[in-house]
Amino acid sequence: MNAMRALIRLTWIEIRMYLREPVAAFFTFAFAPMMLILFGSIFGNQPNPLYGGRGMVDVSVPAYLGVIIATVGLISAPIGTATAREFKVLKRFRATPLPTWMYMAANILMYYLVTLLGGIALVIVGRWLFHMRFDGNPLWVWAGFTLSTLAFIALGILIAAVVPTARTAQAVGMIAAFSMMALGGAWVPREMLPSSVLQIARWLPLTHVVTMMRGLWAGASPGDHMGDIGFLLVVLIASALLTIRAFRWE
Amino acid sequence: MRVVIEVQELRKAYGSRVAVDGVSFEVYEGEIFGMVGPNGAGKTTTIECIEGLRQPDSGRIRVLGMDPGRQGRALRARIGIQLQEGALSHRLRVEEALWLFTAFYPRPLDPETLLQRLGLAEHRRKAFDQLSGGLKQRLFIALALIGNPEILFLDELTTGLDPHARRAMWDLVQEIRAEGRTVFLTTHYMEEAERLCDRVAIIDRGRLVALDTPENLIRSLGAEQRVIFTRDTAFDPSFLTDLPGVSRVEAIGERVVIYGRGDSLVGRVVEAMAARGMALRDMRVERPTLEDVYLALTGRPMETPGQEILPASNSGRSR
Ligand SMILES: Nc1ncnc2c1ncn2[C@@H]1O[C@H](COP(=O)(O)OP(=O)(O)OP(=O)(O)O)[C@@H](O)[C@H]1O
Ligand SMILES: [Mg+2]
Repeated sequence: MNAMRALIRLTWIEIRMYLREPVAAFFTFAFAPMMLILFGSIFGNQPNPLYGGRGMVDVSVPAYLGVIIATVGLISAPIGTATAREFKVLKRFRATPLPTWMYMAANILMYYLVTLLGGIALVIVGRWLFHMRFDGNPLWVWAGFTLSTLAFIALGILIAAVVPTARTAQAVGMIAAFSMMALGGAWVPREMLPSSVLQIARWLPLTHVVTMMRGLWAGASPGDHMGDIGFLLVVLIASALLTIRAFRWE
Repeated sequence: MRVVIEVQELRKAYGSRVAVDGVSFEVYEGEIFGMVGPNGAGKTTTIECIEGLRQPDSGRIRVLGMDPGRQGRALRARIGIQLQEGALSHRLRVEEALWLFTAFYPRPLDPETLLQRLGLAEHRRKAFDQLSGGLKQRLFIALALIGNPEILFLDELTTGLDPHARRAMWDLVQEIRAEGRTVFLTTHYMEEAERLCDRVAIIDRGRLVALDTPENLIRSLGAEQRVIFTRDTAFDPSFLTDLPGVSRVEAIGERVVIYGRGDSLVGRVVEAMAARGMALRDMRVERPTLEDVYLALTGRPMETPGQEILPASNSGRSR
């Protein structure tokens, strides 16, 4: 077996399988751009002192990246992984010489790439329809996006590892995703949330994604977001370690 | 004969439920080896320990000289596995599945040839969940063969298939063996084991109760065969009782049943009838089957699985 070829082929197949799921594809690629178009056409993108002189679209795009990250990581990944286990797809792969870590790597890569594609679609819509402002360093933004996405995929696979069935994976994932989106400033900018909510939200990983992405988007350096980065690194490493301990292939 | 699978004192329990209780046997290169037993006998547990997919509690297993528990991946590059319960992504197409799996093996077979050979070519663009049960099984065999395996493991290959599809599978398994591959299969159809396997291991409640060729297993029973035919009511068959090997003759209405032993029993009956110028109408012979062997060894009939398609006969079967 040529390991690289196996990894690439499996990743490619997993991406195609993902794109063939209409619901998953809709929420990954179309939902956030549609929300942006809807709110952008209602509120416009005029500079607003509430957002430090930026427009609604300018702050929404990095926040909606968090929506995509949470959707893929906390909904698609747990459902996909737990379903593959429940329907014995994982078992079929384990009955080949493919190393189990490579199966995991291909899936993580797939979830990362579809999240990235969804993010790019959103940015294109923001730029093209609303002349969104971008003052950040593309490399830092990409790095922050990658850290956030990997942390959420790890969290999602951890959910799949600890719940018994695909149905519970779906329920747990959706509750986690929606509560984080509502409280973490992903849907409603944090400037509009009451301070009591922000107190709770500090403990939710998505809050740190949104805060960091908005910051990097507006030109902040990673040094300004060490707290967020540290929080997400802890989520990533802890989830990965717990998953390695708890994961079941059947 | 080279031993390709060696199992010694295999034991495996799930909690307090003992699934496999001290099983030992060997499988030779190039044979079709069958493990037969009722639901829950421990067939899947045994085969998956041999494949390296489950860890035994104790016992020693060697497959192609390797320890499946420690060298599972290296082993799985040289064997092909069809799982009793396995699945693929429901939207994965037949041709995509083969294309994907060729990347997992060092010396794969040509997927196109396999598609043709297994009759999957015209279904190549169908997604996994659009395939009938029989097509799914054929796809799983294709995926088990794609790595050009030395040993092929088939766990309940024909369960749920109609009789026609089942016979086609039997032919396919014979062909695969003719290519020089060893086949290890499990089944709970005694008839399948009897017709297909060179040697059969009968497993019951986690224990191996017999292991031999189907013929030897049946012969060891020493049970009688029956020759059955239809008579003209005027005909008195009592003279047949004197033939060597015949133990008794029953005549009920038009039906005559001759009980006896020995390979030449049928020939003697036919000759004796012909000598008197009498025709044997609707003649058939019922021999003891593996089903009877199972009954004799365990004291109870094989429980009939839910989706039994071929009628299971406890008493014998016509040939
Ligand atoms: N993963 C498991 N956890 C707990 N018990 C199990 C597990 N797998 C099998 N068993 C139990 O072990 C026993 C043997 O099961 P196994 O699947 O090996 O039998 P089998 O001969 O393959 O049966 P079948 O013909 O139904 O496939 C059964 O009582 C079964 O309930
Ligand atoms: Mg079984």
